[in-house]
Amino acid sequence: MVKAGSELRVDGGGRPLWLVLELTYKCPLKCPWCSNPLDFAEITDELTTEEWKKVLREARELGTIQLGFSGGEPMVRKDLEELVAEAVKLGFYTNLITSGMGLTKERLSELKRIGLQQIQLSFQHSDPQINDAMVGAPSFDAKMSAAEEIKAQGFPVVLNVPISRYNIEDADGLIALAEKMGFEYVEFANVQYYNWALLNRAELLPTREQLETAEARIIQHRERLGKDMTIYFVVPDYFDGRPKACMNGWGTIHFTIAPDGKALPCQEARVIEGLEFPNVRDHALEWIWKHSPTFMKYRGNSWMKEPCVSCDEKETDFGGCRCQAFLLTGDAANTDPACSKSKHFHIIQSAIAAAETRQPPRMPLVMRTKGAVSHKLKEPVGTSGI
Amino acid sequence: MLENAPIGLNDRPEINPLFLFRWEEKEQAYLLLYPEGIIKLNDSAGNILKLCTGEKTFEEVISELKNLFDVEELEDDIYSFMEVAIGKGWVRVKS
Ligand code: SF4
Ligand code: SF4
Repeated sequence: MVKAGSELRVDGGGRPLWLVLELTYKCPLKCPWCSNPLDFAEITDELTTEEWKKVLREARELGTIQLGFSGGEPMVRKDLEELVAEAVKLGFYTNLITSGMGLTKERLSELKRIGLQQIQLSFQHSDPQINDAMVGAPSFDAKMSAAEEIKAQGFPVVLNVPISRYNIEDADGLIALAEKMGFEYVEFANVQYYNWALLNRAELLPTREQLETAEARIIQHRERLGKDMTIYFVVPDYFDGRPKACMNGWGTIHFTIAPDGKALPCQEARVIEGLEFPNVRDHALEWIWKHSPTFMKYRGNSWMKEPCVSCDEKETDFGGCRCQAFLLTGDAANTDPACSKSKHFHIIQSAIAAAETRQPPRMPLVMRTKGAVSHKLKEPVGTSGI
Repeated sequence: MLENAPIGLNDRPEINPLFLFRWEEKEQAYLLLYPEGIIKLNDSAGNILKLCTGEKTFEEVISELKNLFDVEELEDDIYSFMEVAIGKGWVRVKS
């Protein structure tokens, strides 16, 4: 969800311009890079239709413009159409972020009728068998029929490809698929290593050589296709020596509401232990955005440590990603270890080195499934002597 | 300037349907919205795009803008904006 490819950085003037609603964590697929929490199956108290509508109204009041309906798989929610209709009425620009599962002809024409603006559809591979193996369920054919129907209805489409070692060499095939279907945008989104993806990082991370080859191919396709297709591809932070300008800064222009109503400064923020995420069931969105301690915590740069404090790039990348800093170094206020100036940079470098050499043990992928992992015996960060 | 411009006086410019163009009260500005972003337009850009309805010829757009702002020497500015807008795919010539 990091939109580093956007052509313009909008200064929200303190307004949350982008909002993602994770309507549910339910999903028929089992992607091993899924950004949902590892304990997704235990979070079941989803907001009701009326509660989501209240979020929509309050967000619009705050000045939110771009709205993503995401998940899990948002099509699982039977009230999706009702929520989209409400959002359109309120004046949001509405995006549906979907795997295509459950996107029937009937539901699509209803979404078109009520004014949904665009659809972001994910594909993993142009080879049906590999695609299905990657997501752990037969899905290629369903995605293809959804794709055809989406275009028949005239929606603009972003083809979203989460990039890992298993599909990075298929850039040609995926672009050909997008061309055939008439998609306007292709987004090669390098998998971000949190949650399921971090668990599977050793098996997912591509090599530098793979990335460079893919980038060269993509540049050729861009030249060939010109204005007919916009292809986004951003060199992932692991290989860049600099962190991503995550969310344009914590609590700056973006927020996400999780299925259970927790408000998050970014989709992954639940991974940071010790933070209390305010719930839209208990608080007005305005208070959450402007005053809640969690949204204030890493806003601006007064929380920063060295080397960020005295670095002249801090207005460009905001010290990187808080979630990555927490997951890899144990302290969310540390410099993102993807930065070559971080004293933890070796953590990223050794992950890359491991991807190059592919030393044993070579483990299978852990698919996103209920009960696949346990948190019960995990010691809180800070007690294990790291 | 006129010869290699991406649009002729009799062409009818329209906003590319991939973009949603509209006024946003909170921003006090016209916006172009598209799947991956938000473009906030300055006043003159907003006023030009407002007239790119696919109904009016480019010539009519120019003369309406001249009336609106009551200045004669607008052509160059409008042309250079159009070049950008067409180059970026915000505007296209209606076929
Ligand atoms: S990443 Fe895969 S498993 Fe996770 S929500 Fe998306 S489609 Fe479902
Ligand atoms: S030290 Fe901090 S501010 Fe400087 S480049 Fe690295 S992450 Fe960015």
